[in-house]
Amino acid sequence: MERERGNILHKIDWVTIALYLSLGIMGWFAICGASYSYIESDFLEFLSLGERTGKQAMWMGVSFFTGIILLCFDKRIYKDWSFIIYIFFTLLCIVTIFIARDIKGSRSWISLGSSFSLQPAEFMKFATTLALASFMSRHGFSLQKKGDLIGSLVLFMLPMLVIVGQRETGSALVYLSFFIVLYREGMTGLVLLTAVSAIVYFIVGIRFGEVHFESLDVSVGHYAVLVLIQLFSLAMVKFWCKYDKSALVLFVVNVVGTLGCYWIAIYLISFNIIIVQYLLVAFNVIYLLLRVRLEKEKDNLWVVLFIVGSLAFYASCDYVMHNVLKEHQRTRIEVLLGLKEDLAGAGYNVHQSKIAIGSGGVTGKGFLNGTQTKLKYVPEQDTDFIFCTIGEEQGFAGSVAVILVFAAFVLRLMYLAERQNDRFGRVYGYSLAAIFFFHFTINVGMVLGIMPVIGIPLPFFSYGGSSFLGFSILLFSFLRVDADRNVRL
Amino acid sequence: MSNAYNEFKYEKRKYVLGGIVLLVVAVYIVRLFNLQILNEEYKDKADSNAFYKKTVYPARGLMYDRKGRLLVYNQPAYDITFIPREIKKTDTLELCSALGITRDDFEKRMALIRKSRGYSSYTEQSFMTRLSAEEFAPFNEKLYRFPGFYVRKRSIRQYTHGAAGVLFGDIGEVSQKKIDSDPYYTRGDYIGTQGLEASYEEVLRGEKGTEMLLRDAYGRIQGNYRDGAYDTLPVPGKNLTLGIDIELQELGERLLQNKIGSIVAIEPSTGEILCMVSSPSYDPRLLVGRQRGENHEQLSQDKRKPLMNRAVMGTYPPGSTFKTSQALTFLQEGVITHETNFHCSKGFRYNKFKLGCHAHGSPLPLYPAIATSCNAYFCWGLVRMFSSGKYKGAQEAMDVWRDYMVSMGFGYKLGIDIPGEARGMIPNSKYYSRHYGNYWNAVTVISIAIGQGEVTLTPLQIANLCATIANRGTFVTPHLVSSIEGDTLPGIYREHRPTKAGRAAYEDVVKGMRQAVTDGTCRGAAIPGIEVCGKTGTAENKGKDHSAFIGFAPMDDPKISVAVYVENGGFGATYGVPIGKLIMEKYLNDTLSDESLKKAKEIQDRIIYYGEGER
Repeated sequence: MERERGNILHKIDWVTIALYLSLGIMGWFAICGASYSYIESDFLEFLSLGERTGKQAMWMGVSFFTGIILLCFDKRIYKDWSFIIYIFFTLLCIVTIFIARDIKGSRSWISLGSSFSLQPAEFMKFATTLALASFMSRHGFSLQKKGDLIGSLVLFMLPMLVIVGQRETGSALVYLSFFIVLYREGMTGLVLLTAVSAIVYFIVGIRFGEVHFESLDVSVGHYAVLVLIQLFSLAMVKFWCKYDKSALVLFVVNVVGTLGCYWIAIYLISFNIIIVQYLLVAFNVIYLLLRVRLEKEKDNLWVVLFIVGSLAFYASCDYVMHNVLKEHQRTRIEVLLGLKEDLAGAGYNVHQSKIAIGSGGVTGKGFLNGTQTKLKYVPEQDTDFIFCTIGEEQGFAGSVAVILVFAAFVLRLMYLAERQNDRFGRVYGYSLAAIFFFHFTINVGMVLGIMPVIGIPLPFFSYGGSSFLGFSILLFSFLRVDADRNVRL
Repeated sequence: MSNAYNEFKYEKRKYVLGGIVLLVVAVYIVRLFNLQILNEEYKDKADSNAFYKKTVYPARGLMYDRKGRLLVYNQPAYDITFIPREIKKTDTLELCSALGITRDDFEKRMALIRKSRGYSSYTEQSFMTRLSAEEFAPFNEKLYRFPGFYVRKRSIRQYTHGAAGVLFGDIGEVSQKKIDSDPYYTRGDYIGTQGLEASYEEVLRGEKGTEMLLRDAYGRIQGNYRDGAYDTLPVPGKNLTLGIDIELQELGERLLQNKIGSIVAIEPSTGEILCMVSSPSYDPRLLVGRQRGENHEQLSQDKRKPLMNRAVMGTYPPGSTFKTSQALTFLQEGVITHETNFHCSKGFRYNKFKLGCHAHGSPLPLYPAIATSCNAYFCWGLVRMFSSGKYKGAQEAMDVWRDYMVSMGFGYKLGIDIPGEARGMIPNSKYYSRHYGNYWNAVTVISIAIGQGEVTLTPLQIANLCATIANRGTFVTPHLVSSIEGDTLPGIYREHRPTKAGRAAYEDVVKGMRQAVTDGTCRGAAIPGIEVCGKTGTAENKGKDHSAFIGFAPMDDPKISVAVYVENGGFGATYGVPIGKLIMEKYLNDTLSDESLKKAKEIQDRIIYYGEGER
């Protein structure tokens, strides 16, 4: 065992700290913009503790100070304490459900005195990350082993369930980002492919479900989903199974069959091409099963499973959309897919947010000069919709700058993760990168109107002390782990 | 495959992940470019205009009485609000004089608001509420001088008559809990909090409309978006017609003034409540406008609880009015016929046990027993029922008895359309076994046969007993609202519920009650030209006896059944009988004879002293 001594200041990654500080400062100014109104007020008032900006500044100070303290513990301490921390926060989150006051239907806040309250769920991400990194760095761990895979899943699905129990569905979804980590550590790509294809089927199927080909009585969405199933399954054969002559036959039949029938139906005689696509899919299933039987190619079985699963999923989508979802949930999805304009209801927030951003133009209206956000058109403008203020006041230039700094931050974390010498550090780093990336993608996508409205904060920007502190704890603990990367445990 | 090889194989995945990050960034930048640079539509919308979603409130449904007279309507009122951050230097004195308050009031109010839960310097705070148009006018003229202060126009309730306040109930600002659970409401909305306003809230409130308005960057309204294509009109609340006859209600409240008690009158064939008086009552018009706060405070502090609806919330021993239900049970169970005679030697004697009665002939059959309200007759009835050998011991007899009572609407809430109804108390065998073990019999529980002891009923349940007798064995759940505009009443307010006793038993009881008026304790209830049936009640309690009466008329085609209960009023004949008679006469003849008017005046002026204690 070897221990490097030396000043910690020389070993921490200052690039990340610089990116962190610039995100935090940009965020604070954005909150100033969002909470400022027409009153001629003194700029110093922004720092008064009675204002949200003042509170945020205080929390930023607390977070930075906490970060510095966290840098003083070495990697071994993090690893040794990981499960205790995990159990502590899981229990705290469970207790919160019962003692928290109901705030807009959510039971996640513990109040400390009259003006401050904490959301323990924000620290659960830190605890989960630690536990997962620790678990996955055990000797002999492999995601190919069933027990290890299930163990890892349980570690982050449990807090997810607890947070759903707090009625914070948005925050719970963040835990899905750990799948990215599992993927990097060797979980089969099938899971990722399944997730992506499910989303694609859903969007394409619903969005174009009611659109019909001009000359045919065939739903474009239905047809497109079938073609996508063919495409995905062929890609699976190409990349995962033995690619030989018999596979080639499969390709030729599908490509010629699909294109040929499409051409005939559009230009010669119109007939129901959906039936052809179903026949082709059925042919694929039988053909692949034959390959399993005759050529002993077991991998093909997975493709068959995928095809059958895809068909079942598409069939259930339609059912869920019309029979399971409630009116307002259906409207939300329809608005998102551009099927409905609903300015008074579900579409209001997003519509207002798009106007605010759109009005920013190239350079924006300038700091504190935004009118849309100032007139309180955008709800939640200093929390979940904070990116609006940046779009309006700093324009395209400012928004792109923020996005780029964020991307640099996430990529830098991935780079740091990759340079770790053990799995503990790498899993830790990737978890961070994945969490930040998930928050960024969902939040900015929601404000831009291309993601569903899921209430999760934009790290370092959205108003909220617990979340700022939670993200800072995640980051600084990892910076220390990174600084100790040459220490072998 | 070796571990190292695997490690290497998976390391390539970093490129997939990095690629996804770059892809998302690229998509978002393209989207931003689209929104901010290419798309002019959004810019135009925001540069000059922006949406403002304005809620248009529907008119709350009105209430009419059974003869179509308007009872409850809407009246505009004004709330004065302010946003603390927007208040600039304001001449406080001028503000106070415009609102007619003192400087001291102003400071106190401000301090109170600042301390309240949910205070924020960014959001609208209520300063004064429910000002009338006259009170508000001087302030409105000077509104421009008080930046940060706003006016919210609202609609409050006004009343045409000074009666039935406790039935109408009240409206008030919706609670945070309700807002969280029902998306219809937003902060500051009014919601029915008491009485019919609460139980018919969803019918009365209507549906809100919205206007999509365009505003410029300074918040000035520029008009409706796309000429109102996105607006929705509010749907007014539905009007209610009550079964109440407001003149009857007023008469009832007058008769009970300076007394504590209730009057409930029901139309037997429909279950509609014709009047429901709870005394002390109050004038609902006191709770309108600026003096509302003060008056409300006074009413809620009053030791006699005028805001409580005793007719449904009060539970009392029903006394001798309850004997009718006993007769029904004994007749139906075959314990007695109307010809069965029992002895009464100035009371009921059983071994050493004695329960007194008053002087009348003995032995006597059922009709005179009801007419003279003989205690012994019904005690013997219960004893015979318990010892008839038809049941396995006292327990089973007790539970059969209880089932009869429950079928008549006792022991559980009847289900009237007004909140707060009490259950009353009907004991069962478990109740007594808990107290006496297995050593109890009919004599132990004997007082239930004469409506004393453990038995308690609400005045509404007593009235319903009378309505059931008038119907000869069925009742419609009593209800205040007789029809909802453009809607039907729930089934329970339309269907007749049978009791366990048959029509023949009821006919016998009706004959007894008729004899009580012609020849018994209720002679005072007789109305010339109308066949009235009645039964008095004198309920013992810790203080002076409560005076009770039930009656219905005409005997063969009952139009009204009434129950009167006056706390500490003495004999049933003292208050119950004359009040019940006046109510029936007023309703059936639409007016009172000169003699009755005199009697009404006399009762109205009588005062019962209750002392200083809480009631």
